[in-house]
Parts: sequence; C-alpha cells; structure tokens
Amino acid sequence: VTSRIIVLLCALIPSFAWGIDTEPAFDDPTLQARYEHLTNELRCLVCQNQSIADSNAGLAADLRRELRELLAAGKSDAEVLKFMTDRYGDFVLYRPPVVPRTWLLWGAPAILLILGLGAAVRVIRRRSRLPIDEASDPESDAA
Amino acid sequence: MLRYLVPAAVFVVLVAFFWVGLQRDPRIVPSPLIGKPAPAFELPTVEDPAHKVGTADFAGRTYVLNVWGTWCGGCREEHDTLLEIKRQNLVPIVGLNWKDDRDLARRWLDQLGDPYVATAFDPEGRVAIDWGVYGAPETFLVNARGVVLFKHIAPLTMDVWNREFVPRIKSGGENPS
Repeated sequence: VTSRIIVLLCALIPSFAWGIDTEPAFDDPTLQARYEHLTNELRCLVCQNQSIADSNAGLAADLRRELRELLAAGKSDAEVLKFMTDRYGDFVLYRPPVVPRTWLLWGAPAILLILGLGAAVRVIRRRSRLPIDEASDPESDAA
Repeated sequence: MLRYLVPAAVFVVLVAFFWVGLQRDPRIVPSPLIGKPAPAFELPTVEDPAHKVGTADFAGRTYVLNVWGTWCGGCREEHDTLLEIKRQNLVPIVGLNWKDDRDLARRWLDQLGDPYVATAFDPEGRVAIDWGVYGAPETFLVNARGVVLFKHIAPLTMDVWNREFVPRIKSGGENPS
C-alpha cells in the first residue's frame, strides 16, 4: 500500500510547471514580479503564439536576457516596452496600443456585442407579439 | 427584401475580410526600422577576432546587411544568390553572423565562397536584437545616409533582388549617388 501511495504521489508531481526560463530569479521580488509580467506581455516572434515566457526558442531567451538587463538597469516598464517596439514593432506586444489604427480592433467586440444584442431584442420583440400557441409550435414558425 | 440583403451584405464583407486577411503571411513582421537610421554596431569579424567591423566603416556608402548562420537552412539556399550579387559589384554586402560558432562560420565561407566584404560575429545576438532580427536569413538595405530603406525576410532570390533592391539602390530613396 505504501508503494502504491508513493507511485500515486509521484504521478502528482506537476512536471508541466517546470519553467522554460532557467535563469536565476531577481533577488528583489517586485523586480521579479515585473519581469514575469513583462515576459508574458511580449510575443516571441519566431513562435508567434507564445510569449517569451513560454518559449524556449533562442530568440526568446535572448529577449529575456535583454529584459533582465533593462530591468536591472532600472528602466521602467514603459521604457522596456519602447525598447522592444522600437526594434520589433507593435507586433511584439500581446496587447497592441489603442491608437487610431487599432480602434476597429479594440472596438470590434463592443460593436459586435451591440449588433448582436440589437438583433436579439428585435427577434424577441417580434416573437413576443405572436400568439402564444403559434409561437410554441415549430411547424408554424414563419417569422 | 432587407431580410435577405443584410445577411448577404454581411457575407460579402466576411468574404472580403478573409480574402485579404488569409493571403497575408503572419510570419513576415514589418520592420519599424524602415526609414530610420540603421542601429550602429561594431563587432569583431568572423575571420579575425582582433579585427572589427561596424556601421561606421560604411558611412557614406549604400550597403546591404545580410543576417545569416550556419544553422540556417534558408541561408544556404540564398548563398548562391549572394555570390551572384557580389559579382554584380553594385553595393557591398556586409554579413552579420548570428548566434553561430566561429569555426563553423569560417568553414562555411571557405567552402561555399565568401560574398561579404566583412562579416560581423554576433554569437549572443545583441546586435541582431538592435536590428529587430527574428529569423535568418534577413537582408537589409541601408543608404549612404545610414537610413534603412528596405528589409527582406526569407531567402533572397535574384528576382527579389532585381525587383526590390536594385531600383532602391539606383534611385536611393534619399541616396545621393
């Protein structure tokens, strides 16, 4: 029974949590938190659907090193992000800035939600005007 | 009538959206460097660690910067094109050897021929990051004022060279030639 429990416990070791990033953490926990936040905000350009925190590509490791050095040099988050976009463009950011060029991108969810709600309200209103017995009968659903 | 027109219009808009969107290559990330000064660098050459090469050596000249590595298949693919471009003798090609091994890089140039006037050795990829490099091969065109005119991502072909680079070299953007 003990051996079974040991096997069971071994199976519970969360191997998926072993990080890609093998560099030592910052001594300062606030710096480390900012580092972790920023690595998740920056896209790995070789493996485009991963952040540089998730990726083990050579470039992602290089960008983490740059990020580390910038933070260690006392740069602000905005300065770090500017360093990255100056080199790689807005594409490096997982959250593109809200500028006129991206208004449609950022506004689209709200616009689509309003359009969808409008359509739903119209359909519900129309249905509610139908006699109850007819509306519940799929055969007569001519609306 | 409207009942049919609205869905039809939505459908047409979606088709147009996908028609344009799906033909774009997401792997090609536009460079924010175009029209801006080329990032300055100075690095030891692949051939000789004591010898340095950098942007200052090409001040006042139009040149091409080609980013490569021996680990990069596309670089092997474009190598003959680079040799051909060298033979044209239109502009110098500067190499940037990216995240590579010096001996392997030397052997590559010995065996395949050296299209570069000089090759900077960047094993840590720091200069490459300054240039916004994310996947070799990448080829930049820099004019005599040190402004980046164009960037090609993917192996270079004579077709791309003649279509994209040569006209820009001749007219020069702001190039006073």
